[in-house]
Formats: sequence, structure tokens, C-alpha cells
Amino acid sequence: MTNEVEAKAGVYRDTLLAGLWRENPVFRLLLGMCPTLAVTAAVKPALTMGCCVIFVLVCSNVIISLMRNLLKPHLRILMFTLTIATFVTIADLVLRAFMPDMSEVLGPYVPLIIVNCIIICRAEACASKNGVVVSVIDAVGMGVGFTGTLCVLASIRELLATGKIFEVAVMPDAYVPWAAMGMPVGAFVTLGLMLGLVNLTSKGRA
Amino acid sequence: MDTLSGLLLAFISIVIINNLVFTKFLGICPYLGVSGRIDMAFGMGMAVTFVVTLSGTLTYMINNWILMPLGLEVARYVCFILVIAGAVQLVEMYVRKFFPSLYDSFGIFLPLITTNCAILGLCLFLNLWGVDSLILAVVQSFGAGIGFTMAICIMAGIRENLQLADVPECLKGAPITLITAGLLAMAFMGFAGMIR
Repeated sequence: MTNEVEAKAGVYRDTLLAGLWRENPVFRLLLGMCPTLAVTAAVKPALTMGCCVIFVLVCSNVIISLMRNLLKPHLRILMFTLTIATFVTIADLVLRAFMPDMSEVLGPYVPLIIVNCIIICRAEACASKNGVVVSVIDAVGMGVGFTGTLCVLASIRELLATGKIFEVAVMPDAYVPWAAMGMPVGAFVTLGLMLGLVNLTSKGRA
Repeated sequence: MDTLSGLLLAFISIVIINNLVFTKFLGICPYLGVSGRIDMAFGMGMAVTFVVTLSGTLTYMINNWILMPLGLEVARYVCFILVIAGAVQLVEMYVRKFFPSLYDSFGIFLPLITTNCAILGLCLFLNLWGVDSLILAVVQSFGAGIGFTMAICIMAGIRENLQLADVPECLKGAPITLITAGLLAMAFMGFAGMIR
């Protein structure tokens, strides 16, 4: 009995850790690139975006995992998309009601969570095959992994572009802001270099 | 804005200045996935152009003539994604019937056009920019598709040459593609401010 419990706990821990690093959605699977690049000009919108993604990911994984036995194969993707669209609408309305200025900054990138490949990929790869508990753990792992990556990228860009992190100045006054980092160029190049760095560090262990 | 020159300006503006890939980061996934060979990139661009024109027009009509008068803006995202999924299904059937070899080489990327952010993104931006006439919406949707095709073809051309270059081991594949895209985005920044 205890072995069974331990085995289950092991599966859960593995699932969680996979999302955080081993199968990190951005670095390893190259999923969800559009929001990764678009909202990371500063840390605050990146964090808000990450929280929205976690909410949508967890809710849609629960629903899809509950109805996984009722789905016909050819209607599967359509049902996934509709489920996700519903939860994104909820997230968008909540954001607009309680954080209007943040909603303004994120603009159309909140509804664009619908077509974020991470969510549909997790629905397909995990929630449509596993029970509710595993699906939720997987969603949390992936969501937190995604949010963490967004925040790291956003901190680097915000620091270099304005000399601040979380709108608090950290660089000395003599620092000349590097405006290009806040623009699309900065996003592409920073993410490219970060991917290269991840490849470099993980090659030795692999 | 309904004059010919106004429409032309709107077209050029969305193809070059507000290019969806370089300034709005939309459609990055197929951009990284399919830009390996130039013929595939062109085929992908054409498919996206068709879907984006069709769904941009349809969602504009649905949004302005059905959802707004009835006060159903809440259901906007669900309706948009349904229209796009339908349009992609149409393209998929057409390509499978008439270009079977192209269909095989696309593989998973064809149905994935549904989740191409460029398409849903454009439908939302049309809404956000307050585009006020149907013809302007059609022109901008078409322009967005052409802009995407142009971006992905430029990238495919560069990547074909990149295979001969000596890239550091850890930067091979996606990282170098992203850095190249960054440089291209910088080049396209030169067009900013050309109109308005």
C-alpha cells in the first residue's frame, strides 16, 4: 500500500518537475513564443500574463480531462479550442474589471492565449490521456515554468532597456538606457541568446 | 479612408510598417517551424494569406453586424475561433485534393494554422484599430497575409544560406533563427514613421 502511494507521489513529482525545467515549454518545446516575445518588455505585464496562462491552463486541463472519454477524435481539437476560448473570455473580463490599466497594456495578447500552443499541446498530450489530478499537476508545472521564463526574460529586457526592475531603479544614474532592448529587436535577440545558453549548459549533462 | 489611395496606404502600412511578424510578434511558431525551405515557406504563406483574408472578412462582418447590435461582445472570442477553424478546414481539404505532395510536406503544420496567432491576432487588431468599413477590413486582412508571406520567405532564403555558414554548435537551429529575426526586425524598424 505504501509502495503504491510512494509510486504515485513519484509520478506527481516527475510531472511537476518536467514542466518546470526538463520540458520547459519555452526553452525545450519552443511553445508559446508569441506572448513570450510580446509581453516581456517589462516584468509586471509578464507576470500578469503568466498568471492568466496558469489560470486558463489549469481550468481547461480539468475540464478536458473530465470529458476525455466522451470525445470523438475528429471533434477533439475543436472542443479543446472552445473550452480554452471560454476560460480566456473569463480571464479577460476579470482582468478588465479589476486591473484595467494592465488590461490596456496587454491588449490583444490576452485573447491570444486561446491560440497559445502551450495550452492546446498540454490538452492534447496530457489532459486527454490522464486523470484529473495528474492533469492539474502538469498544468501547474507547465504554467509556473512558463511564467518563470517570462519573468527572467522580462527582467533582463527591462533592466537593459530602462535600468529598472519591477519599476524600481537598480542601475546607477550614469547608466544609459538601451532603448533597443524594449523593442522587437531586443525580444528576438535576447530569447535567441538565452536558448543558446540553455543548449550550452544542458549539453554537458545530456 | 475609402478612397483608392487610402486603401493603398493601409495595404502598404500593414505589409511593411506594421508587419505582424516583426512588430507584433504574431505567427512566430510556423515562422520558426516552416521557414526551412523556400518553396514550403511560400506555400505556407499562401495558405495563411487565404485563411487570414477569409477569416478577417468574416469575423469583421460577424462582429459588426451580429455581435455588436445584439450586445453579444462576450461571445466574440468563441465566434472568432470557430470561424478560423472552419476556414482552416476548408483550406486543408482543398490542399489535400489538389496538391497532395504539398499536403504531405506540411504535415502537422497545416491544421496548426488554426492556432496561428497571426490570424486570430489580425481579427482582434481589426477590432482594436476601429476599422470602420468592410472594404478596408478586407484590404488589411489580405495585406497581413502578404506581409506574413514576405517575412517567412525572406527568412527561408536566409536560412537556406545559413546552412553553409559556420554557426556555433549551441546556437544551431532555433536560437540563430531568432537572432536573425531580430536583425530583420531592426531592418524593418527603418520603415517606421513612413506613413503618418
